[in-house]
Amino acid sequence: MEEVPPTSEAGDKIKADIDDLLDEIDDVLETNAEDFVKSYIQKGGE
Amino acid sequence: MAIPKIIGIETEYGILVRGAPESNPIAASSTLINAYLTTLEQGRGGHRTQRVGWDFQDESPGTDARGDALLLSLAPEVETHLVNAVLTNGARYYVDHAHPEFSCPETADALSAVRYDRAGEEVMLQSMGAARSFLPDGEEIVVYKNNSDGKGNSYGCHENYLVDRAVPFGQIVVHATVHLVTRQIFTGAGKVGTEAPGPDPDRVPFQLTQRADFFEEEVGLETTLKRPIINTRDEPHADAQKYRRLHVIAGDANMSEVATFLKLGTTALVLAMLEDDALGPPIGLARPVPSMHQVSRDLTLSSLLELDDHRTATALEIQFGLLERAEAYAATCDVDVVGGAEVCTAIVDQWRSVLEGLERDPDEVADRVDWAAKHRLFTAYRERHGIDWDDPRLRAMDLQYHDLRPGSSLSRRVGLVTLVDHEAVLAAVADPPEDTRAFFRGACLAKFAPEIVAANWDSIVFDTGEPALHRIPMLEPGRGTRAHVGELIERATSAQDLIESLGR
Repeated sequence: MEEVPPTSEAGDKIKADIDDLLDEIDDVLETNAEDFVKSYIQKGGE
Repeated sequence: MAIPKIIGIETEYGILVRGAPESNPIAASSTLINAYLTTLEQGRGGHRTQRVGWDFQDESPGTDARGDALLLSLAPEVETHLVNAVLTNGARYYVDHAHPEFSCPETADALSAVRYDRAGEEVMLQSMGAARSFLPDGEEIVVYKNNSDGKGNSYGCHENYLVDRAVPFGQIVVHATVHLVTRQIFTGAGKVGTEAPGPDPDRVPFQLTQRADFFEEEVGLETTLKRPIINTRDEPHADAQKYRRLHVIAGDANMSEVATFLKLGTTALVLAMLEDDALGPPIGLARPVPSMHQVSRDLTLSSLLELDDHRTATALEIQFGLLERAEAYAATCDVDVVGGAEVCTAIVDQWRSVLEGLERDPDEVADRVDWAAKHRLFTAYRERHGIDWDDPRLRAMDLQYHDLRPGSSLSRRVGLVTLVDHEAVLAAVADPPEDTRAFFRGACLAKFAPEIVAANWDSIVFDTGEPALHRIPMLEPGRGTRAHVGELIERATSAQDLIESLGR
């Protein structure tokens, strides 16, 4: 599970992309993660 | 000879009423679907034209493919009192237990199935919009395309494949099991943590699939407890002398179109190869259920599965083996059984590309494989915020990946490759596939709804005003296409006229 820091050019590109994505999603993430996770209960299926 | 691999995919969605923590999921699911149907009716001038109910005449989900139904197995209950509609695209849209479920119309290939799976998401989105006017201010119904609530409750995304009845069921069990267990490396939708009893949760911070935790048996009839890798429900919804419907319950619902395409396409190919005796000797897993969990929990894709001949192999190696046989088969087979040359080539090419990407670095397929997309995103988020895998923020993101609302969905933001354009998806919300019997169902619904009493997978019941109702059987999933009946339906001036012309 330990991540090896990317060193190649492709790795740098992946890293830059993911940083942009993290910046972008900050605005849409659930504001109260703990309450949201607790409220998400699905009983009965299939 | 392999028979055409007609495919259907059915998805139960997670549902939440935001702003109403004590809400009842059955009521919420009913509101969601009724709101959609009511909005359709209003769009058509207030007639109840869309409200054609499901016909339960031929439902027998308790029939077991192994012959004698085991006394200990529980036959699934069929609920007949909740909202249950047939749509003009040939789909069934209904409340299944405590979830809204969209069962796609029968499709002739994996790409068409992806289009209708996406149409199902679009129907959910439109339903959420329609439901707003039925809810008090401050409440909103939100639908999630996932398979687990993270608290030990799972709901399914089931696949269905038309299979030749002549193939012994035992052979299907052996060959399909190894594929279903090992394909998890590209079908997995990813999940933070584990819900299985046993493993120390700290040792499974993240796994490849939503569903593997819930599988406890190799073969069986159940779908809601002691779930089996191979489900034996023998309910072909077609001519039972000729066909079997393999009902696969072992997969995840995917947000990635490529993952859905590969999940269905590779499985259809494997089943066609089985019918054509092109799979070679089976690769038997010594312990399929532990192997299923093992594959799901191995992010390195390197752990060895025990085979029944005392050898070992990784899931990736087994998948490469299947792929090589599929490539050889694709070069010589009747490609029409999997939807023609273009689709067949796309399946094997994408299969190879994804396996090679996974072998080099799963981050390479983060644009096509859901678990890889999630893992890449969550890992970066953890590093930025210095948090552990059990942080509620990651669990919330895990759910939010599957949120269907464009404004909230994380899967829409991770750069997933698409295979069908939005226009085609929107068209599939209204129109049926043209190359299966779903065309007949959908086209009749669109034109003669007031004269249809009920419909199901293999028949439509008309009320033409005569004393007796007319049931039109549709026992051949490949008949009733636009080519077969398009002109007849177009020319028919009434249901009675259509029935008469079908009889000629």
